[in-house]
Amino acid sequence: MTVMKKILTTVAVAATLMGTAAQAETTRIALVVKALGIGFFEAANKGAEEAAKELGDVEIIYTGPTDTTAEGQIEVINSLIAQGVDAIAISANDPDAVAPALQKAMDRGITVISWDSGVAKEGRMMHLNPSSSALIGNTIIKLAADHLPDGGDVAVLSATATSTNQNTWIEEMKKVMGNYPKVNLVATVYGDDLADKSYREAQGLMATYPNLKAIIAPTTVGILAASQAVTDAGKIGQINVTGLGLPSEMAGAVESGATVSFAIWNPIDLGYAATMLSYNIAKGAKAEPGASIPMGRMGEATLDENGEAAMSDPFTYDKSNIEQFKSIF
Amino acid sequence: MSSTDRYIPDRLQSPLQRRLKSWETLLLAVAVAIFTFNAFASPYFLNAWNLSDATFNFTEKAMIAFAMALLIIAGEIDLSVASIVALASTAMGAAAQVGASPATLVMIGLTVGVICGAFNGLLVTAMGLPSIVVTIGTMSLFRGISYIVLGDTSYGGYPAGFKFFGQGYVWWVFSFELALFAVLAILFGVLLHLTNFGRAVYAVGNNPVAALFSGIRVNRVKFILFLLTGLMAGVASVCLTSRLGSTRPSIGFGMELEVVTMVVLGGVNILGGSGTIPGVVIAAFVMGLVTFGLGLLNVPGIVMSILIGALLIGVIALPRLWGMWRG
Repeated sequence: MTVMKKILTTVAVAATLMGTAAQAETTRIALVVKALGIGFFEAANKGAEEAAKELGDVEIIYTGPTDTTAEGQIEVINSLIAQGVDAIAISANDPDAVAPALQKAMDRGITVISWDSGVAKEGRMMHLNPSSSALIGNTIIKLAADHLPDGGDVAVLSATATSTNQNTWIEEMKKVMGNYPKVNLVATVYGDDLADKSYREAQGLMATYPNLKAIIAPTTVGILAASQAVTDAGKIGQINVTGLGLPSEMAGAVESGATVSFAIWNPIDLGYAATMLSYNIAKGAKAEPGASIPMGRMGEATLDENGEAAMSDPFTYDKSNIEQFKSIF
Repeated sequence: MSSTDRYIPDRLQSPLQRRLKSWETLLLAVAVAIFTFNAFASPYFLNAWNLSDATFNFTEKAMIAFAMALLIIAGEIDLSVASIVALASTAMGAAAQVGASPATLVMIGLTVGVICGAFNGLLVTAMGLPSIVVTIGTMSLFRGISYIVLGDTSYGGYPAGFKFFGQGYVWWVFSFELALFAVLAILFGVLLHLTNFGRAVYAVGNNPVAALFSGIRVNRVKFILFLLTGLMAGVASVCLTSRLGSTRPSIGFGMELEVVTMVVLGGVNILGGSGTIPGVVIAAFVMGLVTFGLGLLNVPGIVMSILIGALLIGVIALPRLWGMWRG
């Protein structure tokens, strides 16, 4: 009898395996994320579903491992290959480790693109960056200038003096400073991405430059610390803190007015664009250097010589949308 | 079964073995059932290459599970295996940066595994500490070293010849890992079931004091088992590292739980004293088939973990509940 009981349990478990059968001629696009249960990726899935609805004949398979490990993603990729999905759009835990599995997928005719966190060149057809250095540099100065119709002094609070990302963005920003003749960059200081040091550097800026109108912090640590420093100094309304931040952390500063607006990539748009690109490449668009591939409402992605493309300007967050996004990431 | 049934010691195995046999038969039936259902549930399941890919889900874990089975039968446990995998992989990665050959890399991986196993073994046998506590400690220690060395960076650039261990095929769809899994299954099966050492492992697990008085060097047996477990973690690390072609400190995270699950599902008594290698082999296939089958149906990983957990608890609890119900 005990055997009987065990077999019955097994049958019950196995029966759950029988759930779905093969589907008709829909295009199946797998959105593979670093790990399930992360707000950022759940939001990307929302965007992917939006794209699927727009395209009509698309089924989104939102999947990923439970831990952010490369081997977990490989297991997922193997099962997607086995199912013969039409496309895989992945945000990789390790650019090299998943490449062999993805190459195998491409060998079997599956469209493979990476987004957010890229895959080594040989393991994907293209990579979609959320933005580009030039677009970010342009956005951060524009965010400050938009609220300074009469111009004024602005300062940059960066991460460390050797941070490659931040330095590139600041360089790009300086290139377009000419478009904002009345905006005057007075200083660039470094908070080393430490909350307390960034806070003191922001205080120092306010003391040194009494006419300071805006602090631009292209780092999530810096922007948070600077908005706190401005709030504590009672200079809300005088000095606007802007830059790149996370909606969940910046909600308070936006409500108090210390930060009018800030930017970061929008995960919903990213999931949407990745799905559109996967679909179009699976349907025959060529992913080669120089090619332009449409991505629905996000415009077109133009591939550079490494097969990489930038999606758009970073998305701007302000009072109108912070409530919606602060719970996402 | 009447109370007049009394077994003289050398026949004690007879009914026990029968029970174990039925366990393995049952597991085999489960495996066949899952296989059949998978074949019906998904049109993609019955494909030699897909099945071959699916074996990677369990081969590395099963290699460790063989040694872990012996260790658990002997009444000890090693929860640091996944961290040994990470540390061995980190050592191989560091060596690869200075241009070590594939053979050297393998030696380094295995050596680190053995050293870690020896460290665990010494703490348990020489100092008499409980293995579960020791290996929870070394679980953090070994992986901690990897995190200190690597931080959020990674090692890559392994030599081309090193790829074979995790990505190579011996013949047709049979990967090197699958072949190694088969060879190790036979070796461990022979070691446990056909040698004096294997008998000693059972004796130690059933009653260490009686084993000691029977002339078995209990601590030596345990120490060797920790060494073996470390060595197998090293072997798994070589395979996994070769398969991934890169090392991050998170490599193999959470593997120890799946290894222990495999061993217990295979019918090894978690309290020691009984269990077989064939049981573990079948359990490896069962787990591989379940995860692959669920993966084909795109069951999210979190739900998969829940199902595996439920399977494990069910398998352990059902016989006991059955016994209680029968009085």
